[in-house]
Amino acid sequence: MTIEPSSTTPKSSSVYTRFVGHQGVMVGAFIVLSIFVLALFAPILAPHDPYNQDLLARLIPPVWDSRGSWEHIFGTDHLGRDYLSRLIYGARISLLIGFGAAIISGLIGTIMGVMAGYFGGRVDMVVTFLITVRLSMPVVLVALAVVAIVGGSLQVVVMVLGLLLWDRFAVVMRTSTLQIRSMDYVAASQAVGCSTPRILMTEIMPNVVNNLIVIATLEMAHAIILEAALSFLGLGVQPPLPSWGLMVSEGKDMMLFEPWLITIPGVALFLLVLAINLMGDGVRDITAPENRN
Amino acid sequence: MLYYTLKRLGLAGLVALTVSFISFGLLYLSSDPAIAMAGETAADADIEAIRQLYGFDRPILVQYFDWLQRAASGDLGKSYYFRTDVSALIGERLPTTMTLGLCAITFAIVLSVPLGVAAAIRPNSFIDRVALFLSVMGQALPSFWFALMLIVFLSVSLRLLPVSGSDTWLHFVMPTIVLGYYAAPAIMRLTRTGMLEVLSTDYIRTARAKGLRPPVVLFKHALRNAIIPVVSLAAVQFGFMLGGSIVVETIFALHGAGFLAWESITRNDLPTVQGLILVFSLFYIVLTFIADLINAWLDPRIRIK
Repeated sequence: MTIEPSSTTPKSSSVYTRFVGHQGVMVGAFIVLSIFVLALFAPILAPHDPYNQDLLARLIPPVWDSRGSWEHIFGTDHLGRDYLSRLIYGARISLLIGFGAAIISGLIGTIMGVMAGYFGGRVDMVVTFLITVRLSMPVVLVALAVVAIVGGSLQVVVMVLGLLLWDRFAVVMRTSTLQIRSMDYVAASQAVGCSTPRILMTEIMPNVVNNLIVIATLEMAHAIILEAALSFLGLGVQPPLPSWGLMVSEGKDMMLFEPWLITIPGVALFLLVLAINLMGDGVRDITAPENRN
Repeated sequence: MLYYTLKRLGLAGLVALTVSFISFGLLYLSSDPAIAMAGETAADADIEAIRQLYGFDRPILVQYFDWLQRAASGDLGKSYYFRTDVSALIGERLPTTMTLGLCAITFAIVLSVPLGVAAAIRPNSFIDRVALFLSVMGQALPSFWFALMLIVFLSVSLRLLPVSGSDTWLHFVMPTIVLGYYAAPAIMRLTRTGMLEVLSTDYIRTARAKGLRPPVVLFKHALRNAIIPVVSLAAVQFGFMLGGSIVVETIFALHGAGFLAWESITRNDLPTVQGLILVFSLFYIVLTFIADLINAWLDPRIRIK
């Protein structure tokens, strides 16, 4: 059997072109990357100190309003803090929550799902049972209650969300592992005498990692929305941190007169979540078009 | 079918028991419930009195079984804040939340099933793109922000609807939209894929070939089969909605169980919070149990597995 060398090169470049050619992925990746850069270089990019209060310059509208000025492009909040600077620093919080929660829940869910899918039997029963228990508990309510009891802070919110959002990881990793386990190459490595950890790491994991990435993006978006909701209700990240949910909450009382106070952080939140979802959907379309839904 | 029902029932019971243990255990996340009740500055003797009054000095497992026994007979303890029975308190608020949940799930289904069907009939058409656009939007819109924007536009600018409260049906319009819109994308996507799958089957081709009118093929033959998984998804979404109603009810000051949950959490009223978590979870468990049974009844293959 001869393998034409030309058949391999277009393949690898086609994955690349498929990524570049996919509108959703490109738009999503561009927005996420921009927000990531903003968050990373916040101290350099932010025009003002996000915590610096100036009671003489309170509630200045954004620059597109006739009362606005270029000094504060997005205006100032009820304590005279520069809104653009708070928005930029807020990106750090959202991304931190998203990554943190996705990593914790991803670890828990992947370990549980892969174990259940690979070993089956009792392990599978226990994991499936735990997933059912977790799904029957209302996320928002439990998260709010725990944060209220333990006390709200960035670390607590990341931990709570990480410990709550592993269900989808576990479900998807379990089904993908089940599919891979029945493949001949897994049986082959078992026959050759590979150790179980080795099979899990070199045969199973590389084949389920695409699904893992898709779920990770979706859960990241989920965590970011939940953090904003918790902070909005006053039981998430605490002031004076510039969480976007908290900014909406602080602007809520004045939204009838100064609607931009809630529009700006809301649009930021919407854009970030939309972009992450677009990326996730795109990665799924490209790597496993059969898994839509 | 009987064996399947019993097996599912046993599982549901076990899940309910585990959930009850977790919601009971939440109380012990705070170091000492007696101190939490009495306040940080209370005298030691007072704290000790509260500890004995509420039985906090007994082993945790004993307390759990005691609590479980009373919970099983409908007694969820007394609210720290209202000083009344938690079960009565929840019972009073639950109808509002149920009404909201039912309205929202109806809204979601009415919005998403026709859209999903239309999108499946003509994949990649304009309507398919609109449906996809709406579902991508729905997933990215934070519900609390969507709610506030609705208030700004519908109540303040257009003066169409009341901002908050729960007196008339008009008060339910915006909460229904916010809560329902959140559940719509998943239902829409599932309807679309289900329909796409069914429409490509042989029996649809046969139905078309023997000259049945397109609406008959579409609704009597295709949708009936495609809708089975949607039924269970809708049940699950309904369960999630009751949990998600906490944000919506708080914003619109709708006096349902979700609003009660937020009030109780901010007041450190742990028995009420425990009770609510238990009630919401039980509701979800019952819903999924019923959905499982309906599915098994509609699709005999499930029963055998």
